[in-house]
Amino acid sequence: MIEFEHITKRYGDTAVVRDVSMAVAPHTVTVVVGTSGSGKTTLIRMVNRLVEPTSGIIRIDGEDNRSVPEFELRRRIGYAIQGHGLFPHRTVAENIATVPTLLGWDRSRIRAKVEELLTLFQLDPDFFGARYPHELSGGQQQRVGVARALAAEPNLLLMDEPFGALDPIIRAKAQEDLIAIQKHFGTTIILVTHDMEEAFRLANKIAVMDKGEVVQYATPEEMLVRPATPFVEELIGASERPFRLLAIERAGAAVEPGAAEGPPIAEDLSQREALSELLWSGREALPVAASDGSIVGRLSLDSLIRRAARPR
Amino acid sequence: MTVGSIREKEGGSLPVDKLGVIVAALAVYGAFLATFVTYRANRIVQGEARTILESLPPSLGYGLVALVSAGAAIALFKTSAAFRMLAASAVLVALSLLIGIAADHLMPADNAYARISPASGFWILFFAFALLAADALTRMSPGPGIRLLFLAGVLAVMSGLLATGRWDGLSILKEYASRADTFWAEAGRHLTLALGSLAAAALVGLPLGILCHRVDGLRDAVLNVLNAIQTIPSIALFGILIGPLGWIAANVPGAMAIGVRGIGVAPAFVALFLYSLLPMVANTVVGLAGVPQAANDAARGIGMTDRQRLFAVEFPLAFPVILAGIRIVLVQNIGLATIAALIGGGGFGVFVFQGIGQTAMDLVLLGAAPTVILAFVVAITLNAVIEITATGRSPGGSP
Repeated sequence: MIEFEHITKRYGDTAVVRDVSMAVAPHTVTVVVGTSGSGKTTLIRMVNRLVEPTSGIIRIDGEDNRSVPEFELRRRIGYAIQGHGLFPHRTVAENIATVPTLLGWDRSRIRAKVEELLTLFQLDPDFFGARYPHELSGGQQQRVGVARALAAEPNLLLMDEPFGALDPIIRAKAQEDLIAIQKHFGTTIILVTHDMEEAFRLANKIAVMDKGEVVQYATPEEMLVRPATPFVEELIGASERPFRLLAIERAGAAVEPGAAEGPPIAEDLSQREALSELLWSGREALPVAASDGSIVGRLSLDSLIRRAARPR
Repeated sequence: MTVGSIREKEGGSLPVDKLGVIVAALAVYGAFLATFVTYRANRIVQGEARTILESLPPSLGYGLVALVSAGAAIALFKTSAAFRMLAASAVLVALSLLIGIAADHLMPADNAYARISPASGFWILFFAFALLAADALTRMSPGPGIRLLFLAGVLAVMSGLLATGRWDGLSILKEYASRADTFWAEAGRHLTLALGSLAAAALVGLPLGILCHRVDGLRDAVLNVLNAIQTIPSIALFGILIGPLGWIAANVPGAMAIGVRGIGVAPAFVALFLYSLLPMVANTVVGLAGVPQAANDAARGIGMTDRQRLFAVEFPLAFPVILAGIRIVLVQNIGLATIAALIGGGGFGVFVFQGIGQTAMDLVLLGAAPTVILAFVVAITLNAVIEITATGRSPGGSP
């Protein structure tokens, strides 16, 4: 549990972050969204004290984050940034081993952890371990950056626009990987982005920031249905609302009994993807398949249209 | 590689190498029109010029002319870099060997005062084929290790020629022979001045550079002061230092005992140290400023202390740039230390200024040649080391 209590940060007369109070539940993904200059990066940098708040308290699992020396605090919190921030003079394995080495883990434990993480991120440890960061593609560098942040098994991971430098296809893959990793370790993640699409894809809860204030802190559904301010509404994009609503729910949740023509879609795809498939193939309904390939029912255009309407 | 291919395109129908034309022209001039050695009855009288054929036994004389002509032909036409390197090396080794033989050949049997020294023809030939060798070496684009190996080879050939006495007939070595004991003492003093002031500058400059990097306001002030020092002419700086150092020697107890004097080694050392500070501090600042912002931010964010960040991230990444600063300092100091002789600081400059005083150019050369060679060796070695330390971390390390 991470609690922000009346956090304010001023530089001179300007308040970059203004009286922010919110609580992040453990084992969830919280995405902080805002335009540039909204204070979102400053907000998460106050969690690991790269920035000290002017006033207010941040508690991590009930403990004031100023109760331990900052370097000790930071070693317990994962930190991944845009452009990965890998050390160019160290190999991939050495980069990932940085925090465990600082913590004084023994050699064999470090080696095992590096191999585990590289394998988890689909990078062959024998091939990539000894490479230097500049020998890797952008997507691979980014994965190593996240692997390094996770190396000391932190309960909390802070990510500052981690996927900002990636092209759309690799970014989508990186987001999927992140969801899988989060399920695997149960890590609490606070992620900063300016991309609403990314927020809706990853978040259990979204905090929208504007001019230093959190204007709404809510689940994606709630934010769609009841945007707190016109700014939030604009950020979501009025024309995107029905599709964002569908994107939150899985196809399996809208299955009705019956059969339909044509190739099936997987039940764990989003309803938005199902709608897209229906529209593109010109069908009224399509079969839905479970992960083992068996048909569990059908999904109709009508039901999706009903579901895309504003909930009352 | 690209240079070669561009040359080939421009070459058109005639397979003539552009640089080769210059080398060949110089070779023809040096071999046939200029004089090979100068003969003087003693060390300060006007010399008499001798051509290649006049200064060598006939077989060797014609042999050298033939070899130079062949080398010029190889240079003139487009040939492989390795072949050009081989030809240039052969001519250079032959020149080095034969200049010694010419000295022995021309030396009258019972005259210890006669002086034989290389003349314009020799130097032009040497320069032409050194140019060819350097160009061939560049075209082969060898790694730093190979370059060091080449350097070691050249030094080995030179020491071989010196150790076996092949050059003993040359005037510069005659000068050496009469000063052998002081030569090594001055060499030691020269190196002590150059390396000692470098060490002191590194000891002060690195922390000062780090401080300048961390404290914004300090950087401009420090660099401006060091810049101002750099503009003081060296002789003037020596003069300026005589006053304060003399005062310290006279008034601070113990200062005299550790060698502080108004003239001599102390002001030379201090002056070289002051000149060394600017490249040292400036390169440290530039090197640290070049460390990627993201790497620094990540280092802080994952819990490195300031000291850990300095030694584990900033310093290794800035190291090639800092090393480049050390190279500048060392080459600069080796040259500048020559002037220390003016105020009694010793070093190779002693021979240079004695030589100027006696109008004995051979003695000037005895001081100048080792200085140039030393600076050259240091520059090549440190360049190779910089390249070695920088590889493996930056994208596109080799062209």
